[in-house]
Amino acid sequence: MSGTLQELQGRKGRTVTDQDARDIGRVEELSYDLKINDVMAREVKWVSPDQTMTDVLNLLRLNRISGAPVKDGDTLVGVISQEDLMRAMSDGTLDAPVRQYMTEKVTTIKSYEPVVKAIELFSENRHGRLPVMDEHGILVGMITKGDITRGVLMALQRDYQAEEVRRYRASHLFEDITSDRTSLILRYNIKADDFTNGGKASSNIKRALLRLGASPQLARQCGIAVYEAEINLIIHSDRGGILRVQIEPHRILMQTTDDGPGIPDLKKALTPGWSTASPEARAMGFGAGMGLANIRRCVDKMDLESVPGKGTKLMMEILLGADEVFKGAGAE
Amino acid sequence: MKLVKIIDVIEGKVLNPDVLCDFEIKGGCGADLMSDVLASVRADAVLLTGLCNPQVVRTAEMADVRAIVFVRGKTPQAETVELASELNIPLITSPFGMFELCGRLYLAGLPSFENNISAMNL
Repeated sequence: MSGTLQELQGRKGRTVTDQDARDIGRVEELSYDLKINDVMAREVKWVSPDQTMTDVLNLLRLNRISGAPVKDGDTLVGVISQEDLMRAMSDGTLDAPVRQYMTEKVTTIKSYEPVVKAIELFSENRHGRLPVMDEHGILVGMITKGDITRGVLMALQRDYQAEEVRRYRASHLFEDITSDRTSLILRYNIKADDFTNGGKASSNIKRALLRLGASPQLARQCGIAVYEAEINLIIHSDRGGILRVQIEPHRILMQTTDDGPGIPDLKKALTPGWSTASPEARAMGFGAGMGLANIRRCVDKMDLESVPGKGTKLMMEILLGADEVFKGAGAE
Repeated sequence: MKLVKIIDVIEGKVLNPDVLCDFEIKGGCGADLMSDVLASVRADAVLLTGLCNPQVVRTAEMADVRAIVFVRGKTPQAETVELASELNIPLITSPFGMFELCGRLYLAGLPSFENNISAMNL
């Protein structure tokens, strides 16, 4: 277990590029997801209105806080802050009662409200802290900007660790299993003319590769190649076909097979710009005759075999560079 | 350029407001043929297109296109919006045509992220 922990920390410096753009978005999302109750300080230091400003001075100093609520019995009657204390000091009246310097009109927030509500209040009213009330109007905590920052950072870290654990598990697949040659095979049945679901298989393949630890660049290359191949099955095959991806530590083999109609002229099919796609496919933005040319650009090796009346087999292979091999490959 | 700025420049309207737009777009690409997009677009671009079907979103997903703008006030079918929301890809509609949209964004400083096919280096 300790090995796992160390590994996670060791990988922290690695960029999660695929999600970079969404990090800011996640913080915003969290400010809606997180409730005040999740991030507030629960141990509230408070004073009563009859205590003196000297008591406030001691309370703030000893607890290193910048303000406190004022409670009369169970009722919140005001807040007192560093600024109020400074006013009392400059008046030379530290023995005055708290009620003389406290702010009576208190903005409060409910414990079940989202954190974003507190952020809005902070920016609208220039408050530094807000007393938190429960549904019965009882003071249950205090919240400051610092509490929010801490809460959001902790939630982000939880998120990050959960994804890291998932990635870690998947990316060590090849390391954890010993064999002379380990491969992971993903198979998808593709239906003919099913434009609505077209690309779903490719989407899953791309996600699987990222989880396994592929770079965004490699996942993108494979994604484009299998997507073009998947669309080809949808457009051209009689009864659909099979998309198969074989992932090995040093290479990725992708393959589509169908049982017809087959390609009468392979040379033409491989010519950029040449297409036999249906008007429906063209209306979807396909049939530019660039599919196979695109695939060829994305992979290291492409092989197209077809027998008219029998079917077509398209094979694509990407050899992984030294910096791209899946984890554990070195152990072979 | 921040996507929110792009939306401003093209007087666009976000069709799936549940997806956040506060992120950086590095360049732009305008195309109606999905194979053109797959062949030429570089990662982290915005795609301007006249096509509205779900395959546009799938194409964007595969090519790491971060946002899609529909030209001439087009609005896509519900499945397209649903899929985009699922994949966190903002969909935007703008009243302007393709030519003007490209021009506006280019003038605003957004570079072209279309690779020349012959000089392709995916």
